[in-house]
Amino acid sequence: MRIEEHPILDFKRGKEITFFFDGQEIKSFEGETIAAALHAAGVRILGHSQTMHRPRGLFCAIGNCSSCLMVVNGEPNVRICVEKVQPGLRVETQQGKGCLK
Amino acid sequence: MSEVKDIEILIIGGGPAGLSAAAAAADLGASVLVLERDGKLGGQLVKQTHKFFGSKKQYAGDRGFQIGDLLIGTCENNSKVEVWSDTTALGIYEDGVVTAERDGKHLKIKPKKIILATGASEKMIAFPNNDMPGIFGAGAVQTLMNVHGIVPGKRVLMIGAGNIGLIVSYQLMQAGVEVAAIIEAAPAIGGYLVHASKIRRAGVPILTSHTIQEAYGKDSVEGAIICQLDDKWQAIPGTEQDLKVDVICLAVGLSPLTELCFQADCQMKYVPELSGHVPLRNDYLETTRPGLYVAGDVSGVEEASSAMVEGRLAGISAAFSLGYGKDLAPKLQAEALAELSELRSGPAGQKTLQGIRKLMDKGEALC
Ligand SMILES: Cc1cc2nc3c(=O)[nH]c(=O)nc-3n(C[C@H](O)[C@H](O)[C@H](O)COP(=O)(O)OP(=O)(O)OC[C@H]3O[C@@H](n4cnc5c(N)ncnc54)[C@H](O)[C@@H]3O)c2cc1C
Ligand code: FES
Repeated sequence: MRIEEHPILDFKRGKEITFFFDGQEIKSFEGETIAAALHAAGVRILGHSQTMHRPRGLFCAIGNCSSCLMVVNGEPNVRICVEKVQPGLRVETQQGKGCLK
Repeated sequence: MSEVKDIEILIIGGGPAGLSAAAAAADLGASVLVLERDGKLGGQLVKQTHKFFGSKKQYAGDRGFQIGDLLIGTCENNSKVEVWSDTTALGIYEDGVVTAERDGKHLKIKPKKIILATGASEKMIAFPNNDMPGIFGAGAVQTLMNVHGIVPGKRVLMIGAGNIGLIVSYQLMQAGVEVAAIIEAAPAIGGYLVHASKIRRAGVPILTSHTIQEAYGKDSVEGAIICQLDDKWQAIPGTEQDLKVDVICLAVGLSPLTELCFQADCQMKYVPELSGHVPLRNDYLETTRPGLYVAGDVSGVEEASSAMVEGRLAGISAAFSLGYGKDLAPKLQAEALAELSELRSGPAGQKTLQGIRKLMDKGEALC
């Protein structure tokens, strides 16, 4: 959920754009990370672990921990907490290691 | 073969330590390049909306992000400072070449001196289901809320009543999120009492001698079981409480981000007071690898105030070793050292001082 009013901060959001999460259209703003846009849309499960297939979500949000790996435009293992949204981007839940095409 | 970029001083990390180092070295006349893996400079500061403590010299009274903007301004307006953002340093090689990545491109840099200011990463604690979506580090919650303007969920359990746990809880409330409780395993609140009382006044319980037993939920967090601890830190049966929360926020400390120090073959030592493995260094912050300096959380987790002074000290020292500021530098170094001792004169500072003494104590095993 997005914060509309804040006592200290004033959020200047960029141009509205859309991208795709597992085929579904998601609205977002230019300049934000994929992780931020997905959380704003209520998506918390980003992938599943390799061996135990446990759900994975955002943990550090600064590119340190690799908990947020997803497939972006066909490329697996992208840390979506440090990758910006772009119009028409295809973001998919990753299963296991992912494979390079 | 790709081109090699020559530079006098390379600074890795554009947080408060790195930016202060860049400004100090450039002021003495050195040419500086700053690498920052994020799109925006400022490190942890850009997400801090609370007012800082300390002395005026370390910007007390200003909010973290305002201090960040100020530091960014001084670097951007300095013709001696070049900044490469969205650029991650990957390796420091034996011949002194540093490699980095930007936009999928592999870059090579040959600096005369290096200052590492990579900061720290969040710690984890062990409990069943601690890997579930909905469990965030405190820094991640701050980034989501204060940088992107997005709340992490509806109701939060905060783990850790140090300054970070207290401050982030308050920020969650400012953003309209309910904080169910703050739990702390130690028998006392670790953070400043001003922060704690603001939270208690708002009606949020701070439960000391409490820990989390497990998180539960189908695919992501739906609740947590917490319990009380006795004076031997063992769970007291029958004290379990079930809290319905959709977010668990961990504020259980940071550990220095020292991969590049290890890789550069700096001598390292594990020092709990400094929050993990840290490189040995002299008073001027030069490590055992000549020409490689450290500053800020990477040299021991502390505060932005000390990170800025350490950055300045490392920047002056690196520039001085290249022949800049022959008359001025020793005076500036002495000033920075005096400021550091002043900053560390309080109770929290004693821990850092003890850590630094341990770090530099010759007797113990190194790795
Ligand atoms: C919630 C919270 C509240 C806090 N409140 C206060 C307070 O009130 N007062 C106070 O004094 N301190 C406070 N602090 C602590 C303070 O923010 C940190 O001590 C300070 O930011 C450390 O500065 P730094 O420059 O060492 O590291 P950081 O700020 O972490 O900056 C390191 C930078 O290096 C970059 N980096 C890392 N690796 C690489 C790489 N390989 N290549 C390129 N770039 C890289 C990172 O992206 C980052 O920008 C708080 C911290 C938190 C989390
Ligand atoms: S959440 Fe840690 S790398 Fe993205």
